[in-house]
Amino acid sequence: MQASRRLWLVIFLAPATALFATFITYPIFSALAYSLYAWEGIGRRGFAGLANFVRLFQTFPYPRLLGNAFLHNVIVFVLTMLIQNIVALGLALLLARGPWGTRVYRVIFFLPVTLSLIIVGFMWALFLNPVFGIVNKALAAAGADWLVRPWLGDPSTALVTLTLINAWRWLGFPTLVFLAGINAVPDEYLEAARIDGAPEWDVMRRIIFPLLAPSVTIIVTLTFIGSFNWFELPYVVQGLSGPPNRATDVLGLMFYRSAFGEVDTGLQDIGIGSSIAVMMFIVMATVSTLGALYLRRREVELG
Amino acid sequence: MIRRLLTVLVALMLVATLFPGEVRGQESAKLTFWSWRTEDKGAYDRMIKVFEQRNPGIKIEFVPFRQTEYNTILSSALTGGKGPDIIHLRAYGGLDTFAAPGYLAPLDYDKVPELKRFPLQTMVGARSRKDGKIYGVPFATQTLVIFYNKKIFAQAGVSVPKTWDGFLNAMKTLKDKGLTPLANGGKEGWTLEIMSGVVAPNFYGGTTFYEAVTRGQTNFRDPTYTNALAKMLELRPYMPQGFMGVDYPTMQQLFVNEQAAMFIGGAFEIGFFRQQNKNLDFGLFAAPPEKADQVPWVSSYADGNYGINAKTPYMDAAVKFIRWTATTEFGQMFTDLLAQMSAVPGVQIKDPLLQQVQAMNRKATPYIMLVGFRWQAPTGSTLLQSALQGMMSGQMTPAQVGDEVTRGLSSWVDSFRR
Repeated sequence: MQASRRLWLVIFLAPATALFATFITYPIFSALAYSLYAWEGIGRRGFAGLANFVRLFQTFPYPRLLGNAFLHNVIVFVLTMLIQNIVALGLALLLARGPWGTRVYRVIFFLPVTLSLIIVGFMWALFLNPVFGIVNKALAAAGADWLVRPWLGDPSTALVTLTLINAWRWLGFPTLVFLAGINAVPDEYLEAARIDGAPEWDVMRRIIFPLLAPSVTIIVTLTFIGSFNWFELPYVVQGLSGPPNRATDVLGLMFYRSAFGEVDTGLQDIGIGSSIAVMMFIVMATVSTLGALYLRRREVELG
Repeated sequence: MIRRLLTVLVALMLVATLFPGEVRGQESAKLTFWSWRTEDKGAYDRMIKVFEQRNPGIKIEFVPFRQTEYNTILSSALTGGKGPDIIHLRAYGGLDTFAAPGYLAPLDYDKVPELKRFPLQTMVGARSRKDGKIYGVPFATQTLVIFYNKKIFAQAGVSVPKTWDGFLNAMKTLKDKGLTPLANGGKEGWTLEIMSGVVAPNFYGGTTFYEAVTRGQTNFRDPTYTNALAKMLELRPYMPQGFMGVDYPTMQQLFVNEQAAMFIGGAFEIGFFRQQNKNLDFGLFAAPPEKADQVPWVSSYADGNYGINAKTPYMDAAVKFIRWTATTEFGQMFTDLLAQMSAVPGVQIKDPLLQQVQAMNRKATPYIMLVGFRWQAPTGSTLLQSALQGMMSGQMTPAQVGDEVTRGLSSWVDSFRR
């Protein structure tokens, strides 16, 4: 009995494990291996030990680019937490009270999530185009001339603008997760609190938030991984170089640029590219494990 | 019964279409030709047809990929031991990335005797720096120029400027009339590098400085160079509003739709401009020098090469095709169909604009970062493009740009470390 059960487990887990091993585990280890070799163009040469990492951390411009890109990932994470996830939590709380048209709002908030990221990127790049775009035209028409600027081309606004586009697109997802979490809070708890005369704020703070902790864990972890893996949107909207002057450069772009080269601009440097990938993996694996452990501890089990 | 017969017949036909080569036997070769020139597919198909008629038994399929993905696709294929037989390659360091590790078949004057006629400067873009061997047949040379809209110039009473000050004055006149003088933006760093390739050589002294900096007698901190870059700042008032957010397609649309009077770019735009707006009446000129009696420098470079995969099973057929691309016949078709300057010597240029470009090339200087400093990472172009964005958006001074480029290059340009 036990043996056949185990056999079934193996049978059902094997396809997923095989896929995971081929497309996730193997690339991670091959990147690790690549980062330890010297490269000539795209050809692998002798074993180089940690030379690529030394170059990444010591040879200008790599340390500066790495620090700059890492800082941008951190900024994107913090801003996304502050803007996207807090707004999502607010929307979820409002939706949970079931106002008129809840279902319509739910669809509206979730709609951008269903759009292709490429379309979202192109659309916003068009909206924000300083010559043809509607954003600056609308601002000028509203009399806010001082706000008219090349949003994606100004080094001081480009990264924030990109983060906001990203938040616009993803907002519906944390909203739904939080909404599901709130809806899972047993009604008896809420009713009991309200009958005891607890103010609405206390109901939220002492009952809903603690029971929402599992959703928060999921969203924080996903936001973290998403922010540190950020690639598609900056790539579609800004291109590979993180313009202007690396103001929107993130680790993902820096990795891609180094490993695969920039068309008509930069050459491939697979050694540097792989070492960036390894660094990204180490950072993400460590922080998300520690973060998940910490966040798990504050979760309350519904007994 | 009839149905079964039909099924068998259809199945046989399907099998036959799967193996078309088997019928003709050994001499037939089907080669693939990868490229990033999606917009040139029609022209290449026509040129290939001429070759195929001349060489029965050789079939060539032109397969273009998106420009931004081409490098990735090509390198994954080559490192995996696959890839096309004929490869559209870039020049200089872009060629060496594939040549140095041995993915390309070396060519020489014996294998491709047609190459003996090519000027040595063009062949620099087809050689590997590692072994000095030739790995491709150059297909085009590009020149960086300033395009202008003849109608807008005439209406504003502006003529083609002869000096740098005249250029600035012309732009001021246009701007005072409420027009956008320049279409150029800065969102894509490479368009700023092109702008520097147009503006700077007249002020840093063209090839004299190029020779000095490539021989290690000076570096990019040299005020000769940074003062020349500073001239770009004088163009800022005449670029579109919010130009740092203006990308390449927007630049092209501004010029093609006659919303901007001038466009600083490469002669490779001619075909696209014509195709987008048949009524666009435009001319071109070289960046005006300081004094009217000086002949202006123009930056030029070898655009790219046709190379052969070292592992192709059809080496003879591939060499045959490559040799054909080095003939005047191919060069003529290339120039006529694509409105670009073929790299093949002896091509008759009928297009008046290209004739002008050809004349300007009598005082050509190598496009500095591409020809001299794109051989290893970080490339001079990578460093310059970002730094120029910093300069044009007011974050950096020209001296800081020069310093950053020199520091970045010093990791592989030995003379810059001193």
